[in-house]
Amino acid sequence: MEIFLQNFFNLEVFQQALPYLLQGFWTTIWLSVLVIPLGAAAGLLLALGQTQSSRRSLRWSIIAYIDFFRAFPPLVLLIFLYFGLPFVIGDVPKLIAVMLAFTLNNSSYFAEVFRAGIEAIPKGQMEAARSTGLSRLQALRWVILPQATRHVQADLLGNCIEVVKLTAIASVVGIPELLRNARDVQSLVYNPSPVVLAALLYLALLWPLTRWLARLEHRKLAMFSH
Amino acid sequence: MSESSGGFLFTFFNLAIAQEYWADIARGMLVTIGVGIAVVITGLALGLAMAIGRALQLRWLTAATVIFSDVMRSLPPLVVLILLYFGLPTLGLELSAFAATWVSLSMVLAAYAQESIWSAMASLAKGQTEAARSTGLSWWQAMRWVVLPQALRRAVPPLTNRVISTTKNTALGSIVALGEILSNAQAASAVAGNPTPLTIGAFLYLLVFLPIVIFSRWLEHKTKTTA
Repeated sequence: MEIFLQNFFNLEVFQQALPYLLQGFWTTIWLSVLVIPLGAAAGLLLALGQTQSSRRSLRWSIIAYIDFFRAFPPLVLLIFLYFGLPFVIGDVPKLIAVMLAFTLNNSSYFAEVFRAGIEAIPKGQMEAARSTGLSRLQALRWVILPQATRHVQADLLGNCIEVVKLTAIASVVGIPELLRNARDVQSLVYNPSPVVLAALLYLALLWPLTRWLARLEHRKLAMFSH
Repeated sequence: MSESSGGFLFTFFNLAIAQEYWADIARGMLVTIGVGIAVVITGLALGLAMAIGRALQLRWLTAATVIFSDVMRSLPPLVVLILLYFGLPTLGLELSAFAATWVSLSMVLAAYAQESIWSAMASLAKGQTEAARSTGLSWWQAMRWVVLPQALRRAVPPLTNRVISTTKNTALGSIVALGEILSNAQAASAVAGNPTPLTIGAFLYLLVFLPIVIFSRWLEHKTKTTA
């Protein structure tokens, strides 16, 4: 027990590491705030293209794009871009490689969620909205999308949580986010406590969201069974 | 780096380099598939066991299950892996890269599987178990023949997605030097000073995962049309 506390919950190390880890924590948060809207916006566009376009070729290209990036491990994508981009367009800031990898990856997940939401709204809604004189775009904006997003709010929240957790892989290319900073301190003090402290910070941020998600999912399933 | 950037093909699809390293990366693919299958088996089995345990409605067991699942679903899998791989040795418990990747991803998958299966069980009408019990089935028989078959069918779509994302995470093993696709491709790219090995790696990942993704799309379509 003594050894366990010494190595995993070393208060002295916690105290030394905390300011540095908090810096990383903020980087994790603003990185998430940066990439979630990008992925969600791109995903929404893809979903609209897939559900609203009458051009078969466009719909199939979107499906191909989505499946391609769902099959591609995000870490592989990040390293491929990080290592490969400089060969194509010269030096690229790490942050650009990270943002590009994250947007490509999570836009395909957001696209699937938005598509499911849009498809869940009965076709008659669009027809009814159009017949009141709304344009197609207005009908989407004011009638279809509000209902669609409400229908899939649990999955949207789930995606956001996944993206926040995914920011940990940015540590691999040296973005000074929470995990990177924790590992830096860990290698300085030869003690894994900083990583435990990082885990506690991740929990503080994400546990409430995970609980909220579980409640939403539960409610959705309960609705289906009656 | 810039002197080798003469021509996109020469850079990303360099045949000479591909010939030299492809066998190494293909060996990594076997490791990726091996650890992936191991994770799916233990992760799903543990998740199923926890969901059934939760149905027993023992307070301490439920609490332990919920806490375990919440923590595993809130932590980045990479953090779990690093804690196991770099943390446990300080307690005298040394895990190989394979074991660390296997155990950490299994725990993550188990947490999600437990939650999906449990939610599906909870969504069945309560009367089902009571009716089954009243026909003389034991608790376990009711679980085995009435509750589980229906619950598992409902849990298939979320489980498929989670299985895909967890097995893709075997790429995280590269961080603890597990010799899977990414790790071998990265090493070869660094030695060759050329991204061709990474292109091969990317291709192999698609070879493994694209059929699974397409299968999941087909499965989702099928469950939707039969529901």
